[in-house]
Amino acid sequence: MMIEIDCRGLACPQPVLRAKKALDNMQEEEVLVIVDNPAAKENLERLANFLNYIFKLEKKEDNNYYIIIKKPKGNEYST
Amino acid sequence: MTEFSLHCGCAAKVGAQYLCEILNQLPGSVNQNLIVGLESFDDAGVYKLDENTALVQTVDFFPPIVDDPYLFGSISACNALSDVFAMGGKPVTCLAIVCFPTKKLSLEILGEILKGGFDKVKEAGAIIVGGHTIEDEQPKYGLAVTGIINPGKVITNAGMKSGDSLVLTKPLGTGIIVTAAKGELAKPEDFAGAINSMTTLNKVASQIMQEAGANAATDITGFGLLGHLFQMAKASRVAVNLWMDHIPILKGALEYANLGLVPEGAYNNRIWVGNNVLFDTEIVTAEKDILFDPQTSGGLLIALPKERADVLLLKLKESGCKSAACIGEVFDGEAGLIKVKRRKNDDRN
Repeated sequence: MMIEIDCRGLACPQPVLRAKKALDNMQEEEVLVIVDNPAAKENLERLANFLNYIFKLEKKEDNNYYIIIKKPKGNEYST
Repeated sequence: MTEFSLHCGCAAKVGAQYLCEILNQLPGSVNQNLIVGLESFDDAGVYKLDENTALVQTVDFFPPIVDDPYLFGSISACNALSDVFAMGGKPVTCLAIVCFPTKKLSLEILGEILKGGFDKVKEAGAIIVGGHTIEDEQPKYGLAVTGIINPGKVITNAGMKSGDSLVLTKPLGTGIIVTAAKGELAKPEDFAGAINSMTTLNKVASQIMQEAGANAATDITGFGLLGHLFQMAKASRVAVNLWMDHIPILKGALEYANLGLVPEGAYNNRIWVGNNVLFDTEIVTAEKDILFDPQTSGGLLIALPKERADVLLLKLKESGCKSAACIGEVFDGEAGLIKVKRRKNDDRN
C-alpha cells in the first residue's frame, strides 16, 4: 500500500518535512505526495536525490503535482 | 512566531518580475532634484535638498523570520537600515511600521520586537521618531528610514565599470537556513551563524567602502545575489564573472539546500533572472540554490577598481567582516549577463 500525503496549500518547507517524516518512518516502499507549486515539487526532488530514492512526477493536473518517491530496487536508480 | 509567516523575511518580497510590470505602468516622477528614483530599481530614493545634502529614503518590513521577538525586531531594523548604507548614506531618522494581532499575541511580544528595532537603530547612529501600528492577523515589523548623503557621493547600482572587482561583505544562505530552522532541522550553531550575520549592520562596511572609493554597490536582500547582481550589471551595461569557490556561504546552507529546504523565493528569483546566468556545467544544484537564495539583511556587494580591492578586503576583515571576499569581476559584455565559473582564471567555458 502506498501512503498519500496531500500538501496542497502548504508553503515550503512543510511538504518536504511531511514527506521526510513519512519516508523516515516508512513501512511501505513508496509515498505519493501532492503539492500545488513548482517550488515544493523541486524541493521534493532534492530530498529524494539526497536520500538516494527515486523521484517520479506521476502527473500534473492544473497546478497540482502528483509525485511518487520510492526506494530503489534492483537496478533502479534515482535520476 | 514564525508560524504566522507564510514567507520569511525578505523572501516575503513580491517577485521582481511582477513588480517591474506594475512599476512600468506608473508615469514616473520627474523632478530636477530627484537623483535616484523608481526607474533604476536602486536600494533607496535620493532627493537633493541643496548642493551639500540629499535625502536618502527607503522602507522595508516583513513578517517574523525568527521566533525570538527581540531578534526579529533587530534583524528587520538592520535590514531596513542597510539600504541607506548601500548608497553610502548616513541614516538619521526612522519611523516604525508595525502590524500586530493584539488579540492573539501578548503585548510583551510587541514590546520586545520594538526594543530589538530600537537598539539596532541606536547602534546605527540614528533615532526612531515615530511609527504606525495596525491590527493584523500576521505580525509584521520594519522601518521607513531617512538618511543624508552628499549628492556628489551617491553610490548607486549603475556605476560598475569593466575591470572592476566585486566584493561581497557577508556570507550567503540566510533564506535556506531560516527555512531549515522553521522545519526544526537547522543545527543550533548554523542558525546562530545566520542570526549573527543578519543582525550585523552594514554600517562599518559602508564606511570602508566609501573610503576605498566604490564605483557601485547594493545590499543583497530578497532577490538573492544573482537578482541584485543582475540589476547592477544591467543598470551599468556590463557583464560579470562570478567565481563559485570564492563566494562566502554560511555553514550548513549547502547541506540544507540538498535536503530540499529552499525557500520559494529562490525559485522565483531563478525564474526571473535565470535566463541571464550561464553556469559552468560543474556548478551543482545546491550551489545554484545559494546564489538564488533570498537574503535577509544580507551584505554589501561592492564594485571597485581591481587595484583597490585588496585594501578594501583587508580593512573589511580587520573591522569584523570576516567572511568578506572578492567573488568576481566586471567585463565588457552583454548588459546583465552573469557567468558563474568554478574559480578565478577558470576559462574552460
